[in-house]
Amino acid sequence: MLNDLTIPQIPIGDLFERFIRFLQRNFDFFFEAVNVIIRSLVQNLNGLLIFLPGIIVIIIFSLLAWWVGTKWLGLFTLIGLILIYSMGFWSSAVSTLSLVLVSSIIALIIGIPLGILASKSERASSIIRPLLDFMQTMPAFVYLIPAIILFERGAVAGTIATVIFAMPPVVRLTNLGIRQVPTDVIEAAKSLGSTGKQLLFKVQLPISLPTIFAGINQTIMLALSMVVIASMIGAGGLGQDVRTALSRVNIGFGFEAGLAVVILAMIIDRITQSFGDKAKN
Amino acid sequence: MAELEVKNLYKIFGPSPKNAYKLSKEGVGKDEILKKTGNTIGVNNVSFTVNEGETFVVMGLSGSGKSTLIRCLNRLQDPTYGEVHVNGKNIVSLNKEELRDLRRNKMSMVFQNFGLFPHRTVRQNVDYGLEIQGIALEERKKRAYEALELVGLKGYEEMKPNELSGGMQQRVGLARALVLDPDILLMDEAFSALDPLIKRNMQDELIELQEKVRKTIVFITHDLDEALKLGDRIAVMYEGTIVQIGTPEEILTEPANDYVRDFVENVDRTKVLTAETIMKKPIAVVDSKEGPSAALRRMKKEEISSIFVLDKDRKIKGIIDIKDAKRLSDKKEKSFEKILKQDFDTAKLTTRIIDLLPIASQTHYPIAVLDEKNRLSGVIVRVSLISGISRNGGEQHVE
Repeated sequence: MLNDLTIPQIPIGDLFERFIRFLQRNFDFFFEAVNVIIRSLVQNLNGLLIFLPGIIVIIIFSLLAWWVGTKWLGLFTLIGLILIYSMGFWSSAVSTLSLVLVSSIIALIIGIPLGILASKSERASSIIRPLLDFMQTMPAFVYLIPAIILFERGAVAGTIATVIFAMPPVVRLTNLGIRQVPTDVIEAAKSLGSTGKQLLFKVQLPISLPTIFAGINQTIMLALSMVVIASMIGAGGLGQDVRTALSRVNIGFGFEAGLAVVILAMIIDRITQSFGDKAKN
Repeated sequence: MAELEVKNLYKIFGPSPKNAYKLSKEGVGKDEILKKTGNTIGVNNVSFTVNEGETFVVMGLSGSGKSTLIRCLNRLQDPTYGEVHVNGKNIVSLNKEELRDLRRNKMSMVFQNFGLFPHRTVRQNVDYGLEIQGIALEERKKRAYEALELVGLKGYEEMKPNELSGGMQQRVGLARALVLDPDILLMDEAFSALDPLIKRNMQDELIELQEKVRKTIVFITHDLDEALKLGDRIAVMYEGTIVQIGTPEEILTEPANDYVRDFVENVDRTKVLTAETIMKKPIAVVDSKEGPSAALRRMKKEEISSIFVLDKDRKIKGIIDIKDAKRLSDKKEKSFEKILKQDFDTAKLTTRIIDLLPIASQTHYPIAVLDEKNRLSGVIVRVSLISGISRNGGEQHVE
């Protein structure tokens, strides 16, 4: 029966493609500007980390881990990074790290204000929520296609795709954190004569900081996982190595590259989590 | 002058407050309005005035609208209709900036669950209200320390709120409100979250504090004992309306309707009723005019065994026994001097019954109740004490 019904095909894919082409034609200057900025950010950070002797960078990161966390975290960071270095993945790891840092920072700069907006206005929240669902569940590879059309293949398109994929957690958790501040605390702040700005910066944000940090942590972790996928459009780094291993069916090399990703992920996770714990106290 | 005046205040929640308002004015009940329009009337045509320095208690069960009412006073919630006057100025029409000004200088609020800022120290909690006004650190530290000392929290300045007990946390809340030196203090179930013992302590301290600082206080509670203890006047709220406003004694002795009557039925009356409510008209003789034989005749007539002797200003000179009066009368003496006794007890008009009980159990004379000028205003005998405690015209039940 159903076969007999002729439901006209709705050309959603077509429309989307036309939309992207439209953006490409008319807002070229915008995408070009973004392109230049992100490329210089990634390249400069990468250049700096590569320019410094590997051992110096390793020590700096270990000390940072020790400072925000425990001496065990410092030790773990030291051993983990030395292992990556000795496996010969140092320059890949550094380029992955640069990409992760730049895209995470962009995701946070956009995501935290969005989360605040969502917490303040029901209307904003009702628009932002489905958008986040979309960003989170759309298969990550799909972002890559418009990204390479609008930006050049390589680090920039990879960064943009990563930003989109990694942003939702920090938006959601910022929103949640602010909404979880108890009503009577908000009322108290208002009853003492706070302005909206004072309420936000002196009461709501500080109290929701631990939750926001959980969101930041999640965003950075997602960025790391996306950066590996982004190697498909030439973003380079450890993802590139994994892909090479895959195409050559090289078990040992693939495992080593994968291990490097895991180590990097654990270090970044523990360090940002320790930042969150610090915020709690 | 009235510090705070509320006129025909309404707070209506829901989609069409206008309709609900109209229906309510036509006398349609709350439930029916909810059914017809989907609007809930939180506060329904409430009017009252609070005088300067007065502690005004709004009492009602949960859902009676009392918390909504107090939030309309500093506009944490905006009233739907009606006026709130502070020092003669209607604050319902204030703009954002003027409202902030009001909250910073005129009225502060204390919350049921304290509403402390968990990320700030005790001192930083207290000086928050000063900090947001841009007052310099040194100055606000000084004022915060003063406020904390006033509420008995000296030495706890650098602790975090979660390191303190509930009672202490609420002291921080109180200090935070007092540091702004507001004229009006709004207290929303301020002690309801505390243990009974600590609660009573805090009530006593609030009374003490109030003696020092003399603020105009609006105190919300669901606890009748608390209302009777703290309130100069009490408003009883039921389903959004105020059903009675009166002094604690009026609420107890002349409940306006069955709701209030049910409410006050189980109260410990000895804590509220005062000597004035239960005293009787004094039977006494005046020294310069009457002698022992007149006193004897009066005692026999009234069937009493002792009588107060007053001077011409109605001040008590002493009390005499019927036996002594008979002796003097037989000897035809004209003066009371020899038989006047001073071992009677006195009370003030405002002395509470609970404080009279121990006295009454020891003395065998009536207790003399004196007015502000120390003149005899009434007497209390044991029987009237008992009948005063028991409700429903107890005198008949006393044998």
